[in-house]
Amino acid sequence: MNLTLHVWRQDGPRDEGRFEMYRAEGVSEHMSFLEMLDVVNERLTADGHEPIVFDHDCREGICGACGFVINGEPHGPLPETTVCQLHMRHYRDGDELWIEPWRATAFPVLRDLSVDRSALDRLIQAGGYISAATGSAPDANAVLIPKGSLERAMDAAACIGCGACVAACPNASAMLFTGAKVGHLGLLPQGQPERYTRVVEMVATHDDEGFGHCTNHGACETACPKGISVDYIAMLNADLRRSRFRQAGD
Amino acid sequence: MELNAKVPDGPIEKKWDRHRFELKLVNPANKRKYNVIIVGSGLAGASAAATMAELGYNVQCFCYNDSPRRAHSIAAQGGINAAKNYQGDGDSIHRLFYDTVKGGDFRAREANVHRLAELSVNIIDQCVAQGVPFAREYSGYLSNRSFGGAQVSRTFYARGQTGQQLLLGAYQALEKEVRSGRVRMYTRHEMLDLVLIEGRARGIVTRDMVTGAIESWVADAVVLATGGYSNVFFLSTNAKACNVTAIWRAHRKGAGLANPCFTQIHPTCIPQSGDYQSKLTLMSESLRNDGRIWVPLRAGDQRPPHEIPDAERDYYLERFYPSFGNLAPRDISSRRAKEMVDEGRGVGPSGVGVYLDFRDAIERLGRDVIEERYGNLFDMYLNITGENPYDVPMRIYPAPHYTMGGLWVDYNLMSTIPGLYVAGEANFSDHGANRLGASALMQGLADGYFVLPVTMGDYLAGTTFEKVDTGHAAFRDVEREVQQRTQQYLDIGGTRSVAELHRELGQIMWDYCGMARSEEGLKTALQRIPELRERFWRELRVPGSAATLNQSLEAAGRLADFLEFAELMCFDALDRDESCGGHFRVEHQTDDGEALRNDDEFTHVSVWEYKGAGNTPVKHREELTFENVKLAQRSYK
Repeated sequence: MNLTLHVWRQDGPRDEGRFEMYRAEGVSEHMSFLEMLDVVNERLTADGHEPIVFDHDCREGICGACGFVINGEPHGPLPETTVCQLHMRHYRDGDELWIEPWRATAFPVLRDLSVDRSALDRLIQAGGYISAATGSAPDANAVLIPKGSLERAMDAAACIGCGACVAACPNASAMLFTGAKVGHLGLLPQGQPERYTRVVEMVATHDDEGFGHCTNHGACETACPKGISVDYIAMLNADLRRSRFRQAGD
Repeated sequence: MELNAKVPDGPIEKKWDRHRFELKLVNPANKRKYNVIIVGSGLAGASAAATMAELGYNVQCFCYNDSPRRAHSIAAQGGINAAKNYQGDGDSIHRLFYDTVKGGDFRAREANVHRLAELSVNIIDQCVAQGVPFAREYSGYLSNRSFGGAQVSRTFYARGQTGQQLLLGAYQALEKEVRSGRVRMYTRHEMLDLVLIEGRARGIVTRDMVTGAIESWVADAVVLATGGYSNVFFLSTNAKACNVTAIWRAHRKGAGLANPCFTQIHPTCIPQSGDYQSKLTLMSESLRNDGRIWVPLRAGDQRPPHEIPDAERDYYLERFYPSFGNLAPRDISSRRAKEMVDEGRGVGPSGVGVYLDFRDAIERLGRDVIEERYGNLFDMYLNITGENPYDVPMRIYPAPHYTMGGLWVDYNLMSTIPGLYVAGEANFSDHGANRLGASALMQGLADGYFVLPVTMGDYLAGTTFEKVDTGHAAFRDVEREVQQRTQQYLDIGGTRSVAELHRELGQIMWDYCGMARSEEGLKTALQRIPELRERFWRELRVPGSAATLNQSLEAAGRLADFLEFAELMCFDALDRDESCGGHFRVEHQTDDGEALRNDDEFTHVSVWEYKGAGNTPVKHREELTFENVKLAQRSYK
């Protein structure tokens, strides 16, 4: 199949960006979206142009490095799928695609489709962990965890930190990302001692980083390649309220 | 080059304990005076960085991704082994040790493997304490499954995302220490060379991948936790950016490189679908617990799978290995699949593949159980191939996956360069000639959480360090070399892209140094690789400049190092005139096609010393002794 691509090109964080048009010809339905871009990049290189920069690494949908917006949808049209796992059989000959980076104040564009998502690391630094120094752990079966809580914790822990939730949100909020971590750790017995300080500190950092507030649109859940539910945002809000009635360290 | 493995005396189960007592300690108040560089933030790197920082050391950690959480450890699906014996099925530290030595076809160092088995139990405790959501039973107790090469259920798992959950545990511990200020994390920084002062590793030179700045970093010790080199094959299950540069640059500076020909071809990957293919996708080995592997009995049978009756199917692993069946170790399963394809019995459009069939398991256990166990893997397969594995068997074929070879290290994980430590897949130490499933995660975390933080203290406490900063001439020289090398790629001005040339290298390696190797083939490869390298330096085209985010330039540097490394890998494969584990020399096989070791001549680690570009490398040997596991031909029948 042959496609027309309009790709966001931007030389650096402080440069103006623009859409440029490319033709992708002879695209096989078995290619992944990134492999289709690889082919376009090979041709650009052969013609002496700079290839399109996009982040990617594992190409198995788990590292969270890849991601951009295709025709207004983060990671494209398929539910629960990253762009590296989106295959061209979902497109038709003659399709016209607009490809652009995540758009959010907290994610400055570095080049073309690549953005700086280090704000997500700083969110984790604010409390997205259990402080268990190496060597201090009791036997793994010493604390039993009900299967239900465990499974819900795992659903949240599946977050790959790609940032699609932020890109999808009209407020560029990272509440789904934050809620997923608060939920993952808060549902486990090991996460209880730091549960309320965690939520307070993560939410404060979230706002400081320039992410917007959550106004319950739910676009994040639709865009999430791991299908993480907005219920975790509700859990975060509940914990945030409860935190007011607790002393630090409770 | 002197190889002193520094294995402690005494009975094998006491060595690590005794060693820990004998090592020198750094006083808690003095730890902050020591600077440690850790390159790589996967399981080994992140766990080492977090733990060293918790102890009080000053840590600088580097990774080339935009976040430490992207490291390729994240892609491990199936699980992590530990000798917990929670199932009461006869497991023990000694059995895990025994299985690993045997699985590695008797080419690993016994003492290291035993320590690994001992530490496996602490890893699970540590990870659970961090909040890693391992699968559990309704009772709330941890759940286990079995994996290739073992007859007990000792594998802990978090759905099909075990690597992800373990890495996030280590990553979160690392970020906790970034917050404490004891770790400074540098993302999008690629190490391009190592700096030695008076023979000791004292720092690295990196390229800032956003601004292009070449910078020096000084430390008292350096850890390389930079993963494996499967991407020498171009197509592998590794992430696109995985590379050999860090360990190859260290090798050029004097670090011995051990057993580079020991590579693992994983039996269960999705077959290649076209020339544009950029990587191969692994389907977790855990699928072999319930899936049955088969090909048609008759060569050239073109019928769709459901039309082939059982009597005309060959469940060849069950036939060859009645006691291990579909759970035969990876090297054996891969080689048998290749045999089937070579006999013309391969399946799928290209004929390069075998079936992995869940029909019987779905009948026996119900679709729900299979979905709970493997749902995400089935979805992934459907996504990639467009075929639904609940209805039609998966098609799989082996692909390069893991490299057992790596920089040589002693019992303390120090390379032949004083002060240079190597952890995880980047070192050679624990898996011999073949790694068992679910053991890579175990090794990465054992090295990072429990070994390095102890052994590095001994080196730091016992060494007087000359005070140096990045103004030292050694740093200036290396910076200049790195700058020149980077500019050279841009100046070639040829016509061919990095990917095109990398594909060519991959094809040579797959054809001649892949699943089956021969003297003739390896000699052909040793002739073609230098030719290709020469063409690389003439034909390469890298657009853009060195002062921006330039992904072609990054890839060019990695390929340049692969082109040097590939030659050593073939050289080692040619020199090791025996078959063992994943290294299969067609000249050496038993009547029924199993690897035939030559213990008299090759019960050693081959450690290569770099002698300058164009010169033949020199081989040193670390003799291996087996005092606790009897040398025997592996049998999985």
